[in-house]
Amino acid sequence: MATFRTNRRTLLKGAGAGIVALGAPHIFTKGAWAQNFCNDPTNGKIVFGFNVPQTGSYAEEGLEQLKAYELAVKHINGEGDGGMLNTLKPIALKGNGVLGRKVEYVTGDTQTNTDAARDGARRMIERDKAIMVTGSVTSGEAIAQQSLCQEMGVIYMSGLTHSNDTTGKDKRRYGFRHFFNAYQSGVAIAPFLAKEYGTDRRAYHLTADYTWGWTQEESIKNATEALGWETVATVRTPLGLGDYSQYLTPVLNSGADVLILNHYGHDMVNSLPQAVQFGLRDRQANGKNFEIVVPMFSELMAVGAGEAVKGIIGTSNWQWSLDDEGTKAFTKAYGEAYGAPPSQSAHTGYVQAILYADAVERAGTFYPPEVIKALEGFEFDGMGNGPTVYRDSDHQCFKEVLVVRGNENPSSRFDVLNVIGKTTREDVTYDASIFGGELGPYEPNEC
Amino acid sequence: MFSLSRKDLVALAVFSVVVLTMPIWLAPLGASYPGLMQKFAIYAIFAIGFNILFGLTGYLSFGHAAFLGVGSYTTVWAFKLLSMDVLPAMVFAVIVSGVFALVIGYFSLRRTGIYFSILTLAFAQMSYSLAYSVLTPITNGETGLLLARNDPRYLDAIFGAQADVAGLPQPTLIGNSVSGYTGFYLCAVILILAFYLSQKIFASPFGMALRGIKSNQTRMNYTGFNTRPYTLAAFVISGMFAGLAGALLSITDPLAGAERMKWTESGNVVLMTILGGVGTLFGPVIGAWLIKYFENIFSAINTNMLNNAFSFLPDGVQGFVVTVLSKFVGEGWQLTLGLMFVLIVVFLPGGLVEGFHRFMARLRRRKEAPERVSSTQPAE
Repeated sequence: MATFRTNRRTLLKGAGAGIVALGAPHIFTKGAWAQNFCNDPTNGKIVFGFNVPQTGSYAEEGLEQLKAYELAVKHINGEGDGGMLNTLKPIALKGNGVLGRKVEYVTGDTQTNTDAARDGARRMIERDKAIMVTGSVTSGEAIAQQSLCQEMGVIYMSGLTHSNDTTGKDKRRYGFRHFFNAYQSGVAIAPFLAKEYGTDRRAYHLTADYTWGWTQEESIKNATEALGWETVATVRTPLGLGDYSQYLTPVLNSGADVLILNHYGHDMVNSLPQAVQFGLRDRQANGKNFEIVVPMFSELMAVGAGEAVKGIIGTSNWQWSLDDEGTKAFTKAYGEAYGAPPSQSAHTGYVQAILYADAVERAGTFYPPEVIKALEGFEFDGMGNGPTVYRDSDHQCFKEVLVVRGNENPSSRFDVLNVIGKTTREDVTYDASIFGGELGPYEPNEC
Repeated sequence: MFSLSRKDLVALAVFSVVVLTMPIWLAPLGASYPGLMQKFAIYAIFAIGFNILFGLTGYLSFGHAAFLGVGSYTTVWAFKLLSMDVLPAMVFAVIVSGVFALVIGYFSLRRTGIYFSILTLAFAQMSYSLAYSVLTPITNGETGLLLARNDPRYLDAIFGAQADVAGLPQPTLIGNSVSGYTGFYLCAVILILAFYLSQKIFASPFGMALRGIKSNQTRMNYTGFNTRPYTLAAFVISGMFAGLAGALLSITDPLAGAERMKWTESGNVVLMTILGGVGTLFGPVIGAWLIKYFENIFSAINTNMLNNAFSFLPDGVQGFVVTVLSKFVGEGWQLTLGLMFVLIVVFLPGGLVEGFHRFMARLRRRKEAPERVSSTQPAE
């Protein structure tokens, strides 16, 4: 005969089991309920924040980037000819906005200053309820905004940033970079340097004295020494210097036969023409022609440097004269809208905005952890760089890197760089662990 | 010791109300979000401190941003090494920037006028260059000093606080997070205290001595009054205010970048003080708010927003108005600020505070005017 006897112990057990059973659904649905995140646009507007330098030393590149973002919003919303929306594969965007709703945007001026960049990003997040912030022209801006966005739980798609740190020791779960980096520049340029200038060279580095300059100097030094080159000296120059003659004079008697300028922006626009005017390129050293290399090139800088850029080798993330479908579509759309071909700064901004929108469409939600997972490991093609992957372990895009040379006979003001080769994606892929850093958690903070 | 004159007490009460109700009255101006209001409070502290030096002694320091930077870096290092609590960080920031000001002041104050300005500018630019490149192990250079999850934080380790945080640790005030509105109110309370302190200094014999130095230092010296300790004290106090402001910048947003020490930032605080009114209590605060408002709100207006705002106008007119106005907003915000600065310096040398006084005087005259008319009317 079965008797139902309840003592205190079974009662407690039963109660415990009951609580677990009742609580279980809550644990499973917790994800769904936890989806009230920073600036959830479900009931409001979908706002993208475009934060670029509009004043200060990099204003020109910043304004180009901003124009490209505005174009990207038009294309996402189905206005204009659609640009790269026609060439991106695979694509989830339908040309009717994101998740069926139109995208709006706000803009800000970073003044090429980390504090102002963070002020701008906070305004976009706190006041304008931006769901995503994007844009930068220096690594300082990018890293500052990226770490802020991690704290606020808003995704940050960086613009032009070339330092290894952005996806290296300062990488963040909420930050993504499409642009290439100094390490990839070094790896990409090395075989072309060997081919053009041989493996028996003595290099002299002039390096802008800040984080980006150092990482680039290190990357290029490692890559060229692996070729068999010798590094004669690495000299740091202060940022924003106008006159480089005191740094160029020692190069003449150093026994070096290649000068490597780890300069960007105004530094490069000043140092390269001065080096050429110094007659360095007409010299002979160690029985060879003296050469100058600028590892990181941009067409705006090339225009600024004028005649001096002819024949100089460097690397680039993208170039408007490439002949793939994506590049053609973007160059056409941008040219029709603004009357000039886009720069790589514009290109990377445009691509980042489209990639974010597409990731939201694929994830089916704006909930950042889902969007991040949609971007991590995403393989795509048709954005002007050939097959590309967003690596999940450091949020760096891997794609071909262009090696370019200053055009000897430019046919127009914009035709300043020739693509002399591409280094494959496999060659520029590296182990994510070499730079350290950690991405941090997926779960968004409440802002 | 803590007493104030009746006039100052009223001023303090009005000031406190204005500061604490910022979230309400800034809303129609599009500026009532924590990030900007924190900046309003912090830069007001910076300007108040600067005014103690410039407004009272007349010594124009062109390198005050250096102290702001030193305060910021000290705070982030205190977060990294000691504790995520803001109190030790603030105390350290004020002490370190005070010592830094003592050293720079000791050398710079040997000269007056333009030479003093140039000396402070040179020191500040030196600090900036050091922070940007040479001292990168300490300052992290261009990237800026950031917190990391595996920082030692020895005090927190001893007390076992903040042991299990998923992401980056957040600054706290005795266990309470200081982000968003809490952060603003923390800054606001410190701003009111700073304002009170500056009132006390303005009203004290020490303040009177500083004013004496401003009007004629040579005469002060001839009467047997040693001015050096006074100017140095004013310089250090003002440096400590800047350090406190720098600390608050790092507390509300734990990152310290070298750009904070750039000469443009030093120039900014001079502009703030001159715009508002040099040597007045309210002036620097108003100037700081105005400049930060322009920098953050005007710079964010783009042609799209202008087009929406003027959509009521006929097409051609709208296009024209938007084209003209767009030159003054967005990337042109500095142009607007520059124009305003020129107008104020030319027409209101005493800054906006002088403008306010003139306006009030005119109102009073208008009120009095009818009486005068009636009194001069001949009696019947």
